[in-house]
Amino acid sequence: MPADFLSNLYVFILAGFVGFELIKRVSPLLHTPLMSLTNALDAIVVVAAIIIAGRQETPLATVLGAIAVAASFSNMVGGFVITDRMLRMFKTGKQHKP
Amino acid sequence: MTPEATQQLLDFAYIAATVLFILAIKWLSSPASARRGVLAGEIAAALAVGATLCNPELVSYKWVIITLIIGAAIGVPLGLVHMTAVPQRTALSHAFGALSAAMIGIAEYYVGISQSNVTRFQMGEIGLEVIIGSLTFTGSLIAAGKLQEILPQRPIVYRGQNFVSLSVLSAALLLAMALVVKPTNTVLFPVMVVVALVFGVLLVTPIGGADMPTVISLLNSYAGFSAALLGFVLNSKVLVVAGALDGSSGFILSVIMCKAMNRSFTNVMFGAFGQVQAGAAAAKEERTVRSATPEEAADILGAASTVVIVPGYGMAVAQAQHKVRELFDVLTKKGVDVKFGIHPVAGRMPGHMNVLLAEADIPYERLVEMEEINSDMPQTDVALIIGANDVTNPAARTDASSPIYGMPILNVDKAHTVMVIKRSMNPGFAGIDNPLYYMDKTLMLFGDAKNFVGSIVRELAGGHS
Repeated sequence: MPADFLSNLYVFILAGFVGFELIKRVSPLLHTPLMSLTNALDAIVVVAAIIIAGRQETPLATVLGAIAVAASFSNMVGGFVITDRMLRMFKTGKQHKP
Repeated sequence: MTPEATQQLLDFAYIAATVLFILAIKWLSSPASARRGVLAGEIAAALAVGATLCNPELVSYKWVIITLIIGAAIGVPLGLVHMTAVPQRTALSHAFGALSAAMIGIAEYYVGISQSNVTRFQMGEIGLEVIIGSLTFTGSLIAAGKLQEILPQRPIVYRGQNFVSLSVLSAALLLAMALVVKPTNTVLFPVMVVVALVFGVLLVTPIGGADMPTVISLLNSYAGFSAALLGFVLNSKVLVVAGALDGSSGFILSVIMCKAMNRSFTNVMFGAFGQVQAGAAAAKEERTVRSATPEEAADILGAASTVVIVPGYGMAVAQAQHKVRELFDVLTKKGVDVKFGIHPVAGRMPGHMNVLLAEADIPYERLVEMEEINSDMPQTDVALIIGANDVTNPAARTDASSPIYGMPILNVDKAHTVMVIKRSMNPGFAGIDNPLYYMDKTLMLFGDAKNFVGSIVRELAGGHS
């Protein structure tokens, strides 16, 4: 079993626990923004896609990488835009009626 | 700078991004700090993308820049969709995320094969990653199609369905195992991808619209875990962390949704909800209901001191949330205490109702969770149900033969008066009859939710002046 795998497994398990503890505390009020924000964060796969598309090892890999860049970057941009739009709508009554 | 020094600098940027990811989710815990969370996420993303663009491994920027621009051009309009379209947008973004993860996994395989250095262990990781990515891609597309109503929302079922679906999944896994035995067997790889894509379609097609909150959460979780697996394949810790956070978020949401429907994962995935009830709904006897006009409804609401409004998917379909806000305003002005009772699975995705009502400018402290509002129900004068059905069905508490028996519901039947805005007496989405409608204290308000609420608002405003 490669050493990389084990260190990644450590990170995965710890991050999973941190995620579990944090997400449990997110108010159900914000479950839709939670999903769109984690989606935007997940779009970090764009960094891997950029490397594949820019390394130009084989034409096939470049094409696949290019599709991946477009797909994940659209998630990143769109995810942040819509999360922020949704969160701006959540107002308290005090702000609502001056 | 030496390449090693550059690489270390890039690694530090990734570490900073990872920390910001965790802070982003931490700050999302309450509406007051949530927007700071988005900012943290944006900085993290900018750091990580910026650092990657400085990676010395990149030999050409042409395709990178072009596709980043294309991605932004697709992403911005998808970020600006109307709030009622958020569930299908979310499903579509799961599809994009999974597509991206699958594409990278496939590219890694072919690059590795061309350099003939794919170990069996790597093959196992890539195989699993590509299978999950591919099935999530097509599954999410089907979910988005159902939510957009391009595809029928009713469960599409046939005899032996579960057997066929599980055989297809087993075939994909067997192909992956064959590739682990001999990674250079390049003929099998595209077959495995296609079989996984087919399985995604088979997985989501039988699932009905009412189960979408669970399915969309589950697909969220798969998309996250495919990204985490990709992190294993590429040995990238930032992907492992982001994927683990997204995956556990989707997983927790699916568990919450399943609990809110009193169902297990296997029941959602293989149960095909709508089908079971067809017989039960047909057997219902004729019973009488009381109906009321907007004038009568306005009189009762105006005379109440506490009102709980229960919104459901029907409110979203009728686009009635802005009229509901007008009703909220006019009643509040009259001194009526108005709250909203939000069931966790109301709507088509977790939190759907909250977003729609927040969009209509209803203050979020008025949006109350199920457990909390249920303790207020016996002291509530009027419960007004707008486009919700199964989540208010008292049969879930009382009738052990009901398909939804045991599901936690909003106890609107405990309120002094119940009013239900509904198009007709047709049973709801799941086809289950609702005894609530035949109770003596229940008034049925037949009509389109938006128009009916509008008429009540006119009556209340007119009567006041």
